Amino acid sequence: MNTAAPVPRRSALDAVEAALPKIVLGPTLLVSLVFVYGFIAWTAILSFTKSRLLPNYEFVGFYQYVTLFENERWWVALKNLCVFGGLFIFFCLATGLILAILLDQKIRAEGWLRSIYLYPMALSFIVTGTAWKWILNPGLGIERLVQQAGFPGFTFDWLVNPQMSVYTVVIAGVWQSSGFVMALFLAGLRGIDDSVIKAAQVDGASMPRIYWSIIIPTLRPVFFSAVMILAHIAIKSFDLVMALTGGGPGFSSDMPATFMYAFGFTRNQIGLGAASAMMMLMTVVAVIVPMMYAEVRRNRRG
Amino acid sequence: MADFVRADSAGGGRALGRIVVYGLLILVALYYLMPLFVMLTTSIKTLEEIRAGNLIALPGTVTFEAWAKAWGSVCTGADCSGLKNNFWSSVSFVLPAVVISTLIGAFNGYVLTLWRFKGSDLLFTTMLVGCFIPFQVVLLPMAQTLGWLGLANTTSGLVFVHVVYGLAFTTLFFRNFYVSVPEEMVKAARIDGAGFFTIFWRIILPLSPPIIVVCVIWQFTQIWNDFLFGVVFSGGDRQPITVALNNLVNTSTGVKEYNVDMAAAIIAALPTLFVYIVAGKYFVRGLTAGSVKG
Repeated sequence: MNTAAPVPRRSALDAVEAALPKIVLGPTLLVSLVFVYGFIAWTAILSFTKSRLLPNYEFVGFYQYVTLFENERWWVALKNLCVFGGLFIFFCLATGLILAILLDQKIRAEGWLRSIYLYPMALSFIVTGTAWKWILNPGLGIERLVQQAGFPGFTFDWLVNPQMSVYTVVIAGVWQSSGFVMALFLAGLRGIDDSVIKAAQVDGASMPRIYWSIIIPTLRPVFFSAVMILAHIAIKSFDLVMALTGGGPGFSSDMPATFMYAFGFTRNQIGLGAASAMMMLMTVVAVIVPMMYAEVRRNRRG
Repeated sequence: MADFVRADSAGGGRALGRIVVYGLLILVALYYLMPLFVMLTTSIKTLEEIRAGNLIALPGTVTFEAWAKAWGSVCTGADCSGLKNNFWSSVSFVLPAVVISTLIGAFNGYVLTLWRFKGSDLLFTTMLVGCFIPFQVVLLPMAQTLGWLGLANTTSGLVFVHVVYGLAFTTLFFRNFYVSVPEEMVKAARIDGAGFFTIFWRIILPLSPPIIVVCVIWQFTQIWNDFLFGVVFSGGDRQPITVALNNLVNTSTGVKEYNVDMAAAIIAALPTLFVYIVAGKYFVRGLTAGSVKG
C-alpha cells in the first residue's frame, strides 16, 4: 500500500485520501468491465438466440453460426477479407519500407516529403473513399484520362466490376496507410546503431547487402507492430468499403464489418449480426494472440 | 545512418544514384498528393467542364458554387440544408468527448504510475483490452443501452460512446508518459503533506503539456473521422459530417454532382487536415504511440 507510515488514529478524511487513487480509477474500470467485457458477453449471448428485429432471449444453440456459414455472402466477405488483408498488408509494408530506406539517405527536403506521405492518415476513410471513388470512376476518372492520352480502347472499370471491386479498396487503403508504415520504419532505422554498419562496410560488404542481412532483420520488432496494426485495420475495415463501393456491386466487395452492419442494423437479423461480430472478435484474437506469444517468447530467449 | 548511394564511391555513380533516389521520392509524393489535387480542382470546376474534360485538367473557369451548395443547400437524404448542420453537429460532440476522455485519461495515467496499489497493473491490462477489440462486438448491446438511457440519436449519446471507447487509449497515452516521471518527486511532495490533487495540479500537470497535445490531437482525429459509431448511433440532422458525406456521395437519385461531392469531402477533411498542418509533429507522435497498441 502507498501510505508512508501507519498513523494510529486515522480520521475518515485520511481514509478517503488513502482510497482516492482507487476512487479515481474506479469509474474507468467499471466502464471497461461493463461496456467492453459485459457487452462482449452480451453479444455472445445474442449470437446464441433467435433475435431478429428485437433481441429475443430464446436460445437456439449454434443456429446463427450455422446460418452464417451457410450464407454465401459471409463467405464472400471472408474471402474478401483475406484478399484485401493480404494485399493491403503486403503493399503497405513494401511501400513503407522502401520509402523509409529512401528517405534515410540524407534527403534534403525530408520533412516536407514525410509530411506529404503521412497526410492521408489525418483524413477520414470516408473522405479517402469519396476521393478514390471519383478517381476510379469508370467513364470520367482514370479511364477517361488514359483514353485521352492516346489509348482510346483503355477500360478501367474495377469499381463496378464484381470481380475487381475489392482491389479498389486495396488501392485506396494502401494510399491511406502506407505513409504511416513509412513513419514506423523510419523511426526504426533511426534507432539502429551506426557502428555495426560501419564495421560491415569496412569488411567490404555492399550497401544493398548490409540492408538485406543486417538492417532489415534488426527491424523485426517494427515489422511485428506494423503487421499487427495493419491486420487490425483490415479486420475492422468498414468506413472505406462503405464510402468506396458500399460493399458492391451486389455484395462482391463485402467485408465482415459491412456484413455485420447490414445484418445487425439494416436487415433486422440481430442474432446473425451478433454471430458475425463474434467471428470478427475471434479473428482479431486469432491474429494477435499467437503473434504476441511468439514475440514474447522470442524476446525471452534473447 | 549510412546511405548506400554514397557508398558507391565513384563520383558519377553517386550523382546518378542521388537523382534516382530523389526522382523516386518525388514521384511517390506526387502520387500521394494527386487525390488532394483532384479533389480541389474538381470542386471548383463546373459540371459541364467535368463531363467534357479529364481528371487532372486545371479548371477553365473557377467557380465556388459547388462549395456554397455543399455547405448550405445540398440534399443528404431528405434534408436539404447542406452539410453545415452536420459540421456543427460533429463539432458539438467531438469537443466534449475529446476534453472528457483526455481529462479522465490523465487522472488514470497519474494513478497507474505514481499512486500504484496492489493490483493496479492488472487493472491497466484489463482496460487495455479496449484498444484491441473490433467495435462491432459492442454495437448491438450499446444500441440497446443507449435506447434505455434515452440517449439514442442524441449528441450526448455520441459523446458518451466516444468517451467510453476512447478511455483505453487516453489512459495508455498518459500512463506511458507519466512512467518516466521520477517517483521521488511525488514522494517528497507527500512528505511535505501535499495530497493527491495538489500533487497532480502543482507538479504533474505543469509537466504534461506535450502529452496533452498528443492525446487531444489523437482523440480529435479519431472522433472527428469516426463513421461507425456515427452511422449506428445517430439519426436525422444530428448525424456527424462523415455520415452525411457518405449519404451524399452514395445516393443514386438525380444528377451526380461530382464537384459538390468533392467540396463536401474537403469540408469534412478540413478540421483534421488543419490540425495535421499546424501540429503534424504531435500528430505523428500520437500515431506511433497510440497505434502500436491499437
